[in-house]
Amino acid sequence: MTKIVLRLRDYGQCGDMVKAVSIVVPVVRLGGLEIFPQSKKCCDPGCVAEKRIRDNFFIDRNAAYMIRYQLLSKYFVLGLSLVAALTAYGKEPGDSTARSLGEVVVTAQSYKDVIPAQTLKGAELDALRSHNVADALRFFSGIQLKDYGGVGGIKTVNIRSMGTNHMGVYYNGIELGNAQNGQVDLGKYSLENIEAVSLYNGQKSDIFQSAREFGSAGSIYLTTRFPTFKEGQTSRLRVGLRAGSFDLFDASVTFDYKLSRNVSFSFNGEWLTSSGKYKFRYRRVTPSGELAYDTTAVRQNGDIDAVRFEAGVHGFLPKGRWKAFVYHYNSERGVPGAIVNNVWRRGERLWDRNTFAQGMFEYDVSRVWSLKVNTKYAYDYTRYVNNDDKLIHVDNIYKQKEVYLSWANRFSILPNWEWSAAYDFQWNGLSEYTSVHRTTHWLSTATAFSLGDCFKMQASALATVVNEERRDRDEAPDKFKFTPGVFMSLKPLRRPNLVLRAFFKQSYRMPTFNDLYYTDMGNAYLKPESATQYNVGVLYDISRNAGLFRFFSIGVDAYYNEVKDKIVAYPKGQQFRWTMLNLGRVRIRGIDANAHLTFRLPGEVDLTGKLQYTYQEAIDVTNPADNYYRHQIPYIPWNSFSVIAMGGWRGWTFNYSFIYTGYRYNQQENIRYNYTQPWYTSDISLMKSFRVGRVEMRATAEVNNLFAQDYDVILNYPMPKRNYRFGLTIEI
Amino acid sequence: MKRLLYYIVVSLMLCETVLSCREDELVVPTEYDLLPGGPDTECDPIGMYLLNEGNMGSNKASIDYVDFRNGYYIRNLYAERNPTVIKELGDVGNDIQIYGSRLYAVINCSHKVEVMDARTLRRIGQIDIPNCRYIKFSRNCAYVTSYVGPVQMDPDAQAGAVFQVDTATLQITGKCTVGYQPDELEIMGEYIYVANSGGYRAPNYDRTISVVERYGMKQVQKIPVGINLHRIRADKYGKLWVTSRGDYNGIHSKLFVLERESKWSNNMVVTDTLKIPCTEMCIYGDSLYFYSTEWSNALERNTITYGIVDVRTKELVSTSFITDGTEADIEIPYGININPANGDIYVTDAKNYVSSGQLHCYSHDGKRKWSVRTGDIPAHMTFLYK
Repeated sequence: MTKIVLRLRDYGQCGDMVKAVSIVVPVVRLGGLEIFPQSKKCCDPGCVAEKRIRDNFFIDRNAAYMIRYQLLSKYFVLGLSLVAALTAYGKEPGDSTARSLGEVVVTAQSYKDVIPAQTLKGAELDALRSHNVADALRFFSGIQLKDYGGVGGIKTVNIRSMGTNHMGVYYNGIELGNAQNGQVDLGKYSLENIEAVSLYNGQKSDIFQSAREFGSAGSIYLTTRFPTFKEGQTSRLRVGLRAGSFDLFDASVTFDYKLSRNVSFSFNGEWLTSSGKYKFRYRRVTPSGELAYDTTAVRQNGDIDAVRFEAGVHGFLPKGRWKAFVYHYNSERGVPGAIVNNVWRRGERLWDRNTFAQGMFEYDVSRVWSLKVNTKYAYDYTRYVNNDDKLIHVDNIYKQKEVYLSWANRFSILPNWEWSAAYDFQWNGLSEYTSVHRTTHWLSTATAFSLGDCFKMQASALATVVNEERRDRDEAPDKFKFTPGVFMSLKPLRRPNLVLRAFFKQSYRMPTFNDLYYTDMGNAYLKPESATQYNVGVLYDISRNAGLFRFFSIGVDAYYNEVKDKIVAYPKGQQFRWTMLNLGRVRIRGIDANAHLTFRLPGEVDLTGKLQYTYQEAIDVTNPADNYYRHQIPYIPWNSFSVIAMGGWRGWTFNYSFIYTGYRYNQQENIRYNYTQPWYTSDISLMKSFRVGRVEMRATAEVNNLFAQDYDVILNYPMPKRNYRFGLTIEI
Repeated sequence: MKRLLYYIVVSLMLCETVLSCREDELVVPTEYDLLPGGPDTECDPIGMYLLNEGNMGSNKASIDYVDFRNGYYIRNLYAERNPTVIKELGDVGNDIQIYGSRLYAVINCSHKVEVMDARTLRRIGQIDIPNCRYIKFSRNCAYVTSYVGPVQMDPDAQAGAVFQVDTATLQITGKCTVGYQPDELEIMGEYIYVANSGGYRAPNYDRTISVVERYGMKQVQKIPVGINLHRIRADKYGKLWVTSRGDYNGIHSKLFVLERESKWSNNMVVTDTLKIPCTEMCIYGDSLYFYSTEWSNALERNTITYGIVDVRTKELVSTSFITDGTEADIEIPYGININPANGDIYVTDAKNYVSSGQLHCYSHDGKRKWSVRTGDIPAHMTFLYK
C-alpha cells in the first residue's frame, strides 16, 4: 500500500474550501493507489485533508479550482509538501516507479456541504454517457420526470412535486432560462460533454453564488468537462461515435489545448441524428381475460437532427480564475404527438436554435473580500409549424433574448464566519409571435457560520423585483418577492460519521410570458407562485480502508412542502378557452432515501450499489368543493425508486440499472379512469477500456428496457421497447 | 455481513408490499349508478346518450347512457361494448345524434364519425372526415361540418366544408366548401344552413351563414349575421335561431333570429338581434331554453346566466329555469337538453374540463331531481326512443 502525504495550508479566504479537501494525485490512471491522511485533526487549518480516494474519484469543480490556483500562486509554499510527497511515494517499498504528480485535483470531504448534493459523475456517469441529462436525473431521489418518449421527445423534470418551473437548471453556473414558458427541455442537453450532474434540494450549499441561484426550490447543476492534461501534454483529442436503435447516429469530438500554464482551451462538438422510429404496442384485455386488442405500430414524426458546439477558455490568475464559454445548438425535429384513436401520425415540426455566450471571473481582492462576476447573453429561436392537413395550419416563430449580469461578493470575516452579497440583473425579451419584455433584479445576502467540525449553518435572503413592460393592453403590474432560507447541519459525534440536517426555504416562480400575455389565455395580473419547503434529514456513512466492505452510506430526508397561488389554467366557459389564475394549492409530504454501498473483492473486482427511494404524497387542497380535493396531483407516483449496480474489473465495467415508478393518476381526480400503471425498466451496459499504442479507447454496448416493457410515462405517449446502443471513444 | 444481507432481504420484502407491479391493461370498465325514482317501463324516450368530450390529447371521449326505463346511469359504455376497437372511442367528442336505428358520434380530434347501433352501442363503422364538428341528417344522408375544406393557395386561410355521407353505405358522396371554421348546421327543406365561426382567424372572425343547396351540394348564398357564429337551430315556425360567441372581449355573445324575407321568398334574413348572451340552447315547444357563460376579466370569473325566450314573441320570458337555487352548484354549464315527453331539463357541468363533470336533471318546474357524475366534459345529449 502506497501512502502519500500532501500538506496544504489554509489561506483564510478560501476557508472551508481548502480545509476540507483531500487530494487525488493524478489525472493519470492510478490503479489501486489510495491516499490516506496523516493527521487526525483534519479540520484544523494547515492539517492534512482526509479522504480515501480510489481511481474513480469525483471532482468538485469549485474546490478543484481553488486548489489549483492555490498551487499555482503559492507554489513555493506547497513546493515542500509536493516534494515530500513525491519522495514518500518513490521510497515506498514495492513500488518501482515513482510517478510525478501531474495536476492536482481535489475532491470534497463528506462533511463539507450543509446539505450535500446528489451527484452523478465519474464511472457512474460514463455508464450513462450515451443518454441525455433527463435520463441521468431519473436516478436522483425526489425527482419526477415527464418523458414524451423517443430521442427527440420533450423531457422535463419536477422536483419534489412542486412543478417544473420551480427547478433551476444551471449550465456551468448560469441558469438556463425560458422566459416564454419557463420549461427547460432537458432532453436537449447531451451528457457527452458533462462531467458532473448535481441536484440540490433547496439551494447549493455555498453562499458565494449569484443572487438568482438562491431563488429556485431546487437546482440542477450541469458542469461541463474541464480540460485536464498529463505531464508534458499540451493537447488532447477525443472522438466518440455511437450508433443504435431508432437509426441513431451520433458523432462527437472534443479537443483540449493548453494555451499556457494557466490558460487552456476546450472544444466539444456533437452531431446527432435519428429517425425516431420505434415500435410500440397497446394491448388491452377484457376483465374475463380475453384479448380485446393488441396492436403494434411504429412511432412516426419523431425524427431529430441536432448539432451542438461548445467552446471554452479557462484561465487562472494569481488570485483568481476566469472562464469564457460559448454554446450553440441547432436542431430540427418532429413532434410525435399523442397517439389517440384513428391518429397515428402528426405533422408538427419544431426548429430550435439556442445560442449563448457566458463569462465568469472570480477574484480574491484581499484576504477578506472575494468577488465573482457572471455574465450571459442568450438568443433562442424557435419555429413551430403544424403541417397536418387535417388541422389548421400553424407557422409561428418565437425569438427570445436574454441578457444577464451577476456580481457576487464574499467576505470572510472570521475563519468560520462568512458573509455574502450579490446583485443580479436580467433582461428578457420575446418577439415575433408576441412582443414583450421584462427586466428582473435579484438582490441577495447570505451568511455561513460553522462551529468546529460539528455544526454548520447558512442563512440567505433574496429580494426579487420584476419590472414588466408598460403595455397599452393588459399591463402587468411589477412584482416584488422576498424569500428567505435557513440551512443547518450538525455532526454530533466525531465517529461514527453521522450528520443531521434541516432546512427551511421559501421560493417562487414568476409567471412566464405565456402565462401573462398568451393570446386570450394570458392573465396579466398573475402573482408569482410560491413554494415553502421544510426538510429534516440524516446522513450516516462508514468507510474502511481495507477489507471486503469499503464504503456504506445512507441518507434519509423527510419534507413538507406547500405550493400556494399555483398558476393553473382555468376554463373561461367557452370551448377550450382558458385563462391562467393563481388558484391552486398543493400540499406535499415526502421521504427521500439514498443508500450507497461499495465492496472490493479479491482479484481487483469492485462492486458498487446505489439505491434511491422516494415516497411522495402531493395532494390538491385548493377547494373542498372540487371532486379532486385531497387527491394526488397528476403524474406524481406515491412510490418510486432506482437501483444502480456496477461492477468493475481491469478495465471492464458492467452496469445494471433499474428504475421503478409506481402507479399514479394522469388527471387530478384519482378515479380508475385516470389510473396509470406503474412502469419499470432495466438497462444494462458493458464497457471496456483498453489501449492501442498511445491511443486510449473505450467500447460500450448497452441494452435499454431489457425486458421490453410497453409503457407510457405520459398518457398516450408510448415509450420505446427494448433498444440497443453501441459506442466507441478514442482518445489521443 | 450476514446481518446486512438479512436487512436487505427484509427491506426488499417490505418493498414488495408497498410497490405494485404492472398488470394487464384492462378495457376501460363501465360503471353503473342507480338513479333515484326507480324504473319506469312506460317511458318514451327510453334513454338518453351523453357524449363526454374529453380533454384534447387525452383520448377520453366517452359515451354514457341514462336508462330511464330501469333508472340507471351507465358510465363509459362504449369501450365495454366494443372492446376490440383500438384506442377506444377517440379524442374530443363533438356531437352525437341518432338517425334511424343508428347512433352517430362526431369525434373531432380523431377525425371520424363513429357509427353505432343505437340500441346496443355496437360499432357498425366509421366515416373519416378531417376535423369534423357537427352532424345533421336528411333523406338518408348525413351532413357533417368540417374545419378543413380543400387545401387552398393560402394555407392560413383554409375554408371549411360540409360533407355529405350516405347513411346506408357510410361513404362520402359529396362535399361543399363553406366559410371559415363552420360549426353547427341546420337543414330546412332543401337547404343546409351552416354557422361559420372563423374562430382560428381571430380577430378577423367569419360573420356569415352559408346556405348550401342540398341536392347539388353547392353553396348558393352567404347571409351576413354576426361574428364568430356557433349554434343554429330551427323552430317549428321556420325561423332560425343563431348564436354568436362574440370576441370574448368587447363584443358580447348574442342571439339572432332569421326569417324568410317574404312568404314567397326562400331568402333568410336577420330580422331580430336579441342582446341576450347565449352559449347553448334547446327549443322545447314554444320556449327556447338557454344559458350563457361569459368570462369577465375584471371579476376573474365566469358570469353565468340562464333564461327562456318565447320563440313566437322573441322576448325573454324568464331569467332562470332552475328555480330551487341549485344552479349555484354548476361551475360551467356545458350542455342542455329537454325531454320532449315530460319536460325534464338536463344540464351538464364541465367543471374545470380536466376532471369528471356532472349531469343534473331538473323537473320542468325547475327543481333538481338528481345529479350524477359523468366523464370528462359532458356536453352533447340525444334521446333514444322506443
